Amino acid sequence: MGVRVQTEDFDVAREIALLRGSDARVGAVASFIGIVRDENNASTVRTLTLEHYPGMTEKALTGIVDEARRRWSIHDAVVIHRVGELAPTEQIVLVAISSAHRGDAFAACEFIIDYLKTQAPFWKKELTPDGERWVEARASDDEAAARW
Amino acid sequence: MVQLVYLARLRERLGLPGERVALPGDVADVGALLAWLRSRGGAWSSELAPGRAVRVAVNHDVAQADTPVHTGDEIAIFPPVTGG
Repeated sequence: MGVRVQTEDFDVAREIALLRGSDARVGAVASFIGIVRDENNASTVRTLTLEHYPGMTEKALTGIVDEARRRWSIHDAVVIHRVGELAPTEQIVLVAISSAHRGDAFAACEFIIDYLKTQAPFWKKELTPDGERWVEARASDDEAAARW
Repeated sequence: MVQLVYLARLRERLGLPGERVALPGDVADVGALLAWLRSRGGAWSSELAPGRAVRVAVNHDVAQADTPVHTGDEIAIFPPVTGG
């Protein structure tokens, strides 16, 4: 299981190959990739700057993955979240899960990203033509996490 | 002494990333800590007002108003998270 917070980009194909390894029990891999959009709340987004709370972030992400392991039968998981300044089209976050069957992989993947969005200490600041603004938390994200 | 950490929008509005402070004797939990910080007035009063969405972590774990605070703790105060 791997949880990483980093400024540099990640290679999805490489991460999934590492996740699978040579484990012949793996019959399914599900993944989610979050990407920077160029629009939010009707404004053009030029850059997105992500900050986090070192120390708590890794602990929170590990706790979320541990909870997914308790709920579903998964073999392995990788969560990578980038911080620092990102431009539209850049990758922000990867969640990938390996399991024997697709149901567990899909569910665990969706659970982890829903919980990450409401529990892990990351914050986004957007640079728009009108200046900088902190992204506000969305009620829809709380509702998505509450489903689980 | 405790280490206070302010993050994201709160760090900017309060004007500092954190501070080491000695807690008054009657500050025993997160709720009392926030009330004590609000008593500084200005941005402290407005940003940490009871109706504002403020989250707290004690020693890297999510805390509630009744979570105890002790000498040596690291207590972070921040807005709702927006990662992913």
